[in-house]
Amino acid sequence: MFDLKDLYQEVIIDHSKRPRHFGKLAGQNREAEGYNPLCGDRLTVELIVEDGIVKDAAFEGAGCAISTASASLMTDMVRGKTEAEAQALFRQFQDLVTRNDPPTEDDLLELEKLAALAGVRAFPSRVKCATLAWHTLSAALDRRNAPVKTE
Amino acid sequence: MTAPAPARKNPDAGVFDARRAREDFPILKTAAHGKPLVFLDSAASAQKPRQVIDAVAHVYEAEYANIHRGVYELSERTTAAFEDAREKTRAFLNAREAREIVFVRGATEAINLVAQSFGRAFLKEGDEIVLSALEHHSNIVPWQILRDMTGVVLRVAPVNDAGEIELEAYEKLLNARTRLVAITHVSNAIGTVTPIREIIRLAHAKGVPVLVDGCQAVPHQKVDLQALDCDFYAFSGHKLYGPSGIGVLYGKAEHLEAMPPYQGGGDMIRSVTFEKTDFNVIPYKFEAGTPHIAGAIGLGAAIDYLEGLGLADIAAHEQALLQHATARLSQVEGLRIVGTAAEKSSILSFTLAAAHPHDIGTILDGEGIAIRTGHHCAQPLMDRFCVAATARASFGLYNTTEDADALAEGLRKVLEIFG
Repeated sequence: MFDLKDLYQEVIIDHSKRPRHFGKLAGQNREAEGYNPLCGDRLTVELIVEDGIVKDAAFEGAGCAISTASASLMTDMVRGKTEAEAQALFRQFQDLVTRNDPPTEDDLLELEKLAALAGVRAFPSRVKCATLAWHTLSAALDRRNAPVKTE
Repeated sequence: MTAPAPARKNPDAGVFDARRAREDFPILKTAAHGKPLVFLDSAASAQKPRQVIDAVAHVYEAEYANIHRGVYELSERTTAAFEDAREKTRAFLNAREAREIVFVRGATEAINLVAQSFGRAFLKEGDEIVLSALEHHSNIVPWQILRDMTGVVLRVAPVNDAGEIELEAYEKLLNARTRLVAITHVSNAIGTVTPIREIIRLAHAKGVPVLVDGCQAVPHQKVDLQALDCDFYAFSGHKLYGPSGIGVLYGKAEHLEAMPPYQGGGDMIRSVTFEKTDFNVIPYKFEAGTPHIAGAIGLGAAIDYLEGLGLADIAAHEQALLQHATARLSQVEGLRIVGTAAEKSSILSFTLAAAHPHDIGTILDGEGIAIRTGHHCAQPLMDRFCVAATARASFGLYNTTEDADALAEGLRKVLEIFG
C-alpha cells in the first residue's frame, strides 16, 4: 500500500533538512564521488580510516530528501565501525531497501535509525536515491577512485 | 464596428472543448494510487486517443502483411495504408513531396541519421555545427559522436536568463566554417519556443542548412515546413498522441538524394549482388528493414485526430492553460519557474525551495498526479540555470484547469510535509 508517511518519516525530514556531518573532512584519507545518472545528483563521501576503523565520516553534495537523509544517517552510523563492519552494514541496508519481504523486528533493531528508510522498498524509483551514499562509502573504503554510478 | 470579444473567465470554455476530448483517451479514466489520474507529462510522451488505439488494432486485425513486397492483395492494402500515412504526414507538415518524409523510430533516430549520413559524407575536420544551449541530449550526443569520428567542431548558441536563445550571439557563431545548424523548435525542458524562422533565415543567408528538432512543437502548433524552409525537421510520433517507435525525418529532396544510406538492408535496395548494390530511391533508401508498419498507420490516425480537433484551437487552449497554471504556481511559496521566455509552449519547469524535484514527484504521485522530475535529458541547460534537476508539468490537449489546480494543491501537500 502506498503511504507517503512510510517514506517521509520525521527522522528522514529532520536529517534531510539538517544533515549531520555535512561538509569537508579535514585530514580525510579516503574519498569517493557518487553520481546518480537518473536525476543528476552528485555527492562526495570523505572518511578518516585509521587501523581499519572509520574514525570519522562526512559527505557533501546536493540531493533529494531521501539521498540526503540516507547519507546523513549513514555517516552517523559508520563512525567507530571497522571497515568490514561498515561494508556489512552497506549490504544489510541494501537488502533492507531492495528486498521483497518486509523487514523483521530484529532487522529493524539492528539497523537502528536506518530502519526509517525501510519505506523506500515501496518506491522502486527511489531506491537508488537511498543507496547512492552507501555505494559511494563502499567505494571510498575500497579505494576505488572512479566515480560511482547507481546504474 | 464589432464588439470586443468577451473576456474568457474559464479557459476551458473556449472553442476547443478539452473535457469532451478527454473522453477519447481511455487511460485518463484510470486511477493512480486510488486517485483519478492527473496526467501532466505529455512532453515526455502523450497519451493515445481511442482513434489511434483502434487504428493500430485494425492493422493487426484486418490489414497486416509486410509492405512493398507481396503481390497479394493483403500486402498491397497494407502498403497503401502505410504510404497513405506518409502522405498524411506530408500534408500535415506542408512538405512539398511525400518522398521527403522518411519514417524512422523517432526524433532521436532522425537526428542520428542526419549526423551519420549527411555529417559523415559532407563534413570534415574543422567544419562547425551550431547547436543551442536548449538542446535535448538527442540533439547533442549524435553530433558529439560525429565530432569524435570526423573532428568537426560544435559551437553552442547561448540562452539568456529567461531561457531564450540570444540571437545576436547565435548570428556571430555563423561563419565561413559553419556547415550545419541543429536547433530545437521548442525546448522540452523549459518550454521556450525558439525564433526558428529567424534562426533559419540567418543560417540560410550564409548558405548553412538547418536541422530543426520539432518534437515539442508539432503537437502544439501548426508547423508549415515550406514556410519555415528548414532543411531537416525531426519529430516523434509518441509525443503527437501516436504510437511510440515511429517518428519522422523530413529532409529536402535535394539533401536526401545526395546523402548516402544510413543503414543497409531490405527495402532500401534496388538490386544486390555480392559485388555491388543499387540503392532504392528516397525515402526508401533510408528505410532499411521492415518498419513499424502499424506505428506509421497509427501516426496517420493521430494526425487525422489532431486535424479534426484543429491545432490552432488546441494551441489556444494550451496557452490559456499555461497562463492559468503559471498564475496558480506563482502563488506557491518558494516556487521558482525555470524558463520564463516571452513565447512558451505549455511546459512549466520549476523548483521549490523546500523540496527536491524527486521528492515533489513522489509526493504528487501519491496524489495521482504524474509529472516529470530530473534533468529532462538536457543536462547542459540545467547547468546553465544552476540546477541539477527541475519538476516539470506539461499540458496536452486533454488537460484542464482542474488538472492545473490539482497540481497547485498537490504542491501545498509537498510544503506541508517539508514545511
